Amino acid sequence: MLEIVTFSLLNGVVYGLLLFMVSSGLTLIFSLMGVLNFAHASMFMLGAYFSYQLGRWIGFWPALVIAPLLVGAVGAAVERYGLRHVHRQGHVAEILFTFGLAYLIVEAVVMIWGRNPIENRVPVVIDFPAFQLFGTSYPAYKVLMMAISVGMFAFLYLAFRRTRIGLIIRAALSHPEMVSALGHDVPRIFVLVFAIGSALAGLAGVIAGFALLTEPNMAAALGPIVFVVVVVGGLGSITGAFIASMLIGIVQTFAVALDYSLLDLFSVLRVSLGRDSPFYELAGVKIAQAAPLIPYLLLVAMLIVRPRGLLGTREA
Amino acid sequence: MSSASHGTGASRRGRLRRWAAQQRAWLIAIAILIVLPHVPGLDGNFGRSLLSQMGIAAVFALSYNLLLGQTGLLSFGHAVYFGLGGYAAIHLMRAINGGLPIPMPLVPLAGAAAGLFFGMLFGAVTTRRAGVVFALISLGIGELVFAAMRILQGFSGGEEGITANRGLGPHPFGLTLGPQLQVYYVIAFWSVLSAALMAAFLRTPVGRMCNAVRDNPERAAFIGYDPVRVRFVAFSVAAMFAGLAGGLHALNYEIVAAEAVGAGRSGAVLLMAYIGGVQHFFGAVLGAITITWLQISLSDYTTAWQLYLGLFFMAAVLFAPGGLSGLLSMHRPIVRTRAFLEVLKTYAIAAVPVLIAAAGAIMLLEMNYRRATQPDAGARIKLFTLDLDTSTPWPWLAAIVLLAMGVLLFRRTRPLVERAWERAGAEARAAGASREAAR
Repeated sequence: MLEIVTFSLLNGVVYGLLLFMVSSGLTLIFSLMGVLNFAHASMFMLGAYFSYQLGRWIGFWPALVIAPLLVGAVGAAVERYGLRHVHRQGHVAEILFTFGLAYLIVEAVVMIWGRNPIENRVPVVIDFPAFQLFGTSYPAYKVLMMAISVGMFAFLYLAFRRTRIGLIIRAALSHPEMVSALGHDVPRIFVLVFAIGSALAGLAGVIAGFALLTEPNMAAALGPIVFVVVVVGGLGSITGAFIASMLIGIVQTFAVALDYSLLDLFSVLRVSLGRDSPFYELAGVKIAQAAPLIPYLLLVAMLIVRPRGLLGTREA
Repeated sequence: MSSASHGTGASRRGRLRRWAAQQRAWLIAIAILIVLPHVPGLDGNFGRSLLSQMGIAAVFALSYNLLLGQTGLLSFGHAVYFGLGGYAAIHLMRAINGGLPIPMPLVPLAGAAAGLFFGMLFGAVTTRRAGVVFALISLGIGELVFAAMRILQGFSGGEEGITANRGLGPHPFGLTLGPQLQVYYVIAFWSVLSAALMAAFLRTPVGRMCNAVRDNPERAAFIGYDPVRVRFVAFSVAAMFAGLAGGLHALNYEIVAAEAVGAGRSGAVLLMAYIGGVQHFFGAVLGAITITWLQISLSDYTTAWQLYLGLFFMAAVLFAPGGLSGLLSMHRPIVRTRAFLEVLKTYAIAAVPVLIAAAGAIMLLEMNYRRATQPDAGARIKLFTLDLDTSTPWPWLAAIVLLAMGVLLFRRTRPLVERAWERAGAEARAAGASREAAR
């Protein structure tokens, strides 16, 4: 039992950190520009594909650095040459633009790497057991994933709190007009934030690519969950996004390990439900089976109980 | 006595004539829908099934536009109500197959009821917020329902779906729904009815309030209309018609699978409504017809058809936010000017470089797509009746040259179009001014 709990917790934390790495960029972009970026999960996917390709050409460690930078450059280009021109037509046009872009990025990935999952294996340099727990070994690449995520956040936190550009970005979050009036180039800050957010998503893609399946569908699979994180955490709150990521990551990982259904609960309570009852099928669903539902159930529950999200400061 | 009855007869005829004049567009549309499946080219099974699909898509897209175009709600999960309506309909069809004495053509009503029910259920949560948050939530609900449908195999049949037989049941007026023609007429009937009902809904006070809430929710609230209530009503009505479209889908295909509630279908209806144009009521119909036709005809020619649809959508977002109907209605003021002919002429001139660039782009995309998705198919590819060998650099070079040439030439022809437009616009303004003066 303790073994399952420990491993589920470890895996949940890794997954939660991953979610946070993607959703923090999305929240940053959303709070600064009001843009709901549908193409954000596509940046995650691009990170995985870029690192796979670069890893084959120049090895894993250089790819780990260069792939996120490339993704950041793609993000900057999207803002500078696409989104900026749609901005005038309002938020709906912006969302539709990123929605279409996400669609086209999938098609571009299919065109370059094909429709099937690519063989993005764990690089040999980090494919060894890191430590033993309860007789089961924990893979080193998961430890690396954790280390990279935590290191990245420490770096970002310091950059935001201690540097001048961080100060300007924080100011632009709350008072864009004032920042602009003080002579700062707000559109350039937009490009910068878009690049940082995309690079973060790209980095998450690099370290998740070989843990998950690298395929054209991976953006569509992660995207909705990241949106849930942003809503549950509260729009515009990075701390909220962190809590929500961890919550969803850990709860979902634990759920996968639970092989119980409502029927089991009923039998413990000595309530019997007939096989021909219309609710028999619903009650027979195992928690493990229903794990993919959990983020969305959380979303609906949050909207009913607290529409602004965990730490949201404003109703968008 | 006789003269009096004659008088009321005449006035009734007069009223009928006035009504017909008012509803001319609708009557013409109905006449076209009746004749269409007998037009050569569409009178086969393929043509009639294409028309049926267009009818279903039109109802679905119209219901979507109640949200996006009329109420300003951007939904990424509208297929939820389409699919759940479809499931309600297919389960009713199975019950009818089992002996329930309900005529099959009424099955879409079950879809509408399910759509309305789930629209009110989910709408109560989702319509509290508008704008970006609504878009997010609709996406989440869509994912929730899709995941639930995949889990509840007994109800939904999962990816394989649930099947029923539309021919097995009572046959009122000899409607066996065996031939596609009968199915088409049933779908056409429901399509026209729902389009008319949706148009009527928009003329009711609450329909007008939808537009007010879209344009300025604060002001709508200030004059005493709760925007959340108005959005909820619009959302429920839209969900009901989406459910009806799902019911038509069940009737047409005799199968409903989990993808009917999926994100792909939600995206497709957004594409239809937006490309058709959200500012005009019939834009959605135009979009539904165009996209359905493209989906079916393009997928015959190329495996990359989704890419072309995506590019089409992006072009609409970037260059024609009004969609196809917006482009068409843009020409309305200048149609009667003499310079209009010139505008058309410059269009024809500008079309040449556009076609050249498109040919180059299509060549590049097709060759690339083939290389990536069918590596075993060999290097030879047939394009526009040409046999190309993609292992040599020549087709690639030719494609790039075509694309570059087209783009360069287009930049030179664009001023021609703009100048013709200016002249036509000036002429239209002058004509308008002289009409004003005459009055």
